[in-house]
Amino acid sequence: MSFPWAKQYQPQGEFSKFIDSRLPLPRFIYGALGAGYPTPKNLNYFYNFGVLAGVALVVQIITGVILGMHYAANVSVAFDSVEHIMRDVNGGWMLRYMHAVGASFFFAVVYIHIFRGLYYGSYKPPREVLWMLGLVIFLLMMATAFMGYVLVWGQMSFWGAAVITGLFSAIPVVGPAIQTWLLGGFSPDNATLNRFFSLHYLLPFVTFGVIILHIWALHIPGSNNPTGVDVKGPQDTIPFHPYYTAKDFFGLGVYFTLFAAVVFFAPNALGEVDNYIPANPLSTPAHIVPEWYFWPFYAILRAFTTDFLFIPAKLWGVIAMFASILLLFFLPWLDTSPVRSNAYRPLSRALFWVFVAVVIVLGVAGGKPAEEPWVMLSQVLTAYYFAHFLIILPLVSRFEKTLPLPNSISEAVLAKYRKTGSMAPGALAQPAE
Amino acid sequence: MIRLGALGLGLLFVVTVLWGAIQPRDAVPPNVVEELHKHPQEIEWSFNGPGNLGILGTFDRAQMQRGFQVYKEVCSACHSINRVAFRDLADLGFSAAEVKAIAASYEVPSINDTGEAATRKATTADKFPLIYPNEAAARAAQNGALPPDLSLITKAREDGSNYVKSLLTGYEEAPKKWNVPDGLYYNPYFHSLNIAMPPPIAADDQVTYADGTKASMEQMAQDVSVFLTWTAEPKLEARKETGVAAIIFLLIMTALGYLSYRRVWADIKKPKIAPAE
Repeated sequence: MSFPWAKQYQPQGEFSKFIDSRLPLPRFIYGALGAGYPTPKNLNYFYNFGVLAGVALVVQIITGVILGMHYAANVSVAFDSVEHIMRDVNGGWMLRYMHAVGASFFFAVVYIHIFRGLYYGSYKPPREVLWMLGLVIFLLMMATAFMGYVLVWGQMSFWGAAVITGLFSAIPVVGPAIQTWLLGGFSPDNATLNRFFSLHYLLPFVTFGVIILHIWALHIPGSNNPTGVDVKGPQDTIPFHPYYTAKDFFGLGVYFTLFAAVVFFAPNALGEVDNYIPANPLSTPAHIVPEWYFWPFYAILRAFTTDFLFIPAKLWGVIAMFASILLLFFLPWLDTSPVRSNAYRPLSRALFWVFVAVVIVLGVAGGKPAEEPWVMLSQVLTAYYFAHFLIILPLVSRFEKTLPLPNSISEAVLAKYRKTGSMAPGALAQPAE
Repeated sequence: MIRLGALGLGLLFVVTVLWGAIQPRDAVPPNVVEELHKHPQEIEWSFNGPGNLGILGTFDRAQMQRGFQVYKEVCSACHSINRVAFRDLADLGFSAAEVKAIAASYEVPSINDTGEAATRKATTADKFPLIYPNEAAARAAQNGALPPDLSLITKAREDGSNYVKSLLTGYEEAPKKWNVPDGLYYNPYFHSLNIAMPPPIAADDQVTYADGTKASMEQMAQDVSVFLTWTAEPKLEARKETGVAAIIFLLIMTALGYLSYRRVWADIKKPKIAPAE
């Protein structure tokens, strides 16, 4: 564990001592999520989203396991079994809406979590592996969400499966064979549905495992913080429990309230109406679009419209779509600025917000049919997306003039209180506990 | 080295995608369908509650029963509601005996004592039977068109409840520039503008309501749209009730969570006082 001043677990009663010398699980929890984990004291609300993402996964697993008891993964009855859950299973409608809306919320939370990491430079040394494990989780989530969407076996399920597995057919020579292998046939059918159900059940637990690694990797250097300055001593940290457990509980309350509002009052607002039509291989929907959380990547996929350098346009799109995520694995080595937090990087901060806007507009464009002006817009923004990470950021990190950093976290906290006048007079001299 | 590679790769992607961007675009002919197509009207529904916000709201039982009557006497000539069971009709305010009687008035496929295909009277556990045994039969009878099952129609169309009512009341004379093929009808709310369904609600008093409500075309369309909203989302009322309770609980829990958070952090964040002047 990281800091020498971390509180050590002291077993109190007989039973605690008995367990501690045999299976020190309480000691483990104490060090991971309890008072034994010293955390920077200046974490803002954006640092709630890691815990929120973990809870969102647990909600998906619990609702999903119960839905799995009533769902039937067979093309002739899959859609009916979903409607059976909605109509005849006690509380089934609530479970299913929680699961469907929960996927959207999980992604929303994870996107904020990722952008938080981008803004505060949480991918920089010594947290590169932590960042990369996060990206692995993100990729697993995307695969899981896609396959879960297919299970409904509505129109958009079927055609989504056809389109996404069709991406692999763009690979030269072996592509069509790979698509057939993935689908277990020449088009999405029962074999596809069955394997997707199996994998959709498996991958969340794999994700859970990677999350444990993610938290493990987090606990080695400890959490980053809004200043990006390293923890210097005990005055910079507070124990995770009770401080951040209390803050996370409040954050969870806000999250669940918003979640409940959508689940109970607008459960279908985030979905596609076409998926309430049973899958029909003979009728293609007018606009095939994935769920909103894939839209930016869908826009990138469709942005490449011309063959170039003997590579067909479709393959360019597929390469670019995968590259748009995979390049994030190299981010710690692309952005070489020694300053982590964008709070002290004025140019990089401005570019961060430009990038956020670009991703949002790419998302909007990705949700639209492939018509002008959306195609042109996707193309320009896709160019910017790649330029941002591969060209602009490496250059900026090299030449940018950064602002002076505070000497320590507690100094930054004191300066903030002094500015807002929210500190008791006389308390300025001594650092807060 | 990584940055050099990134620069090269970045330039490659940028050039490729922008090369596509500067290609001349095919002139898109003006899309007449898009121009004539109308978005569903915004209609006030009792199940959307105050302000039509969708937060509160319940189904009007009498209205649902009227809507069911319209379905039975008009729509069911071609459209099934195969996901709805007769027992579900209790939600409409029918008594157990009434539900039983309604079920008994339907024939459902069965197998007789000697194993041959036959029909029997439906029980409350049965679902509403299909109108046509299969798609081919439906198309053969409907001049090639397939009347969709209506169980989920208000969830399977954008802005569903508004859409159904707008469509039912939206038939009109086609504009001069639009050609309607024989056997189809012009309806600006339909995605392709040409719908195979003849205007189903064609005259006032097409049905005679048992509760004495005047059966105007507008009224019948409204009633049946409410009924079809229920067939698509039979748990709507339970959902909203649960939602209100859940939100109240969560707000209280969150407020308590906030207070305890402030309390726990009191020694970290000193109480706010005005700066000494």
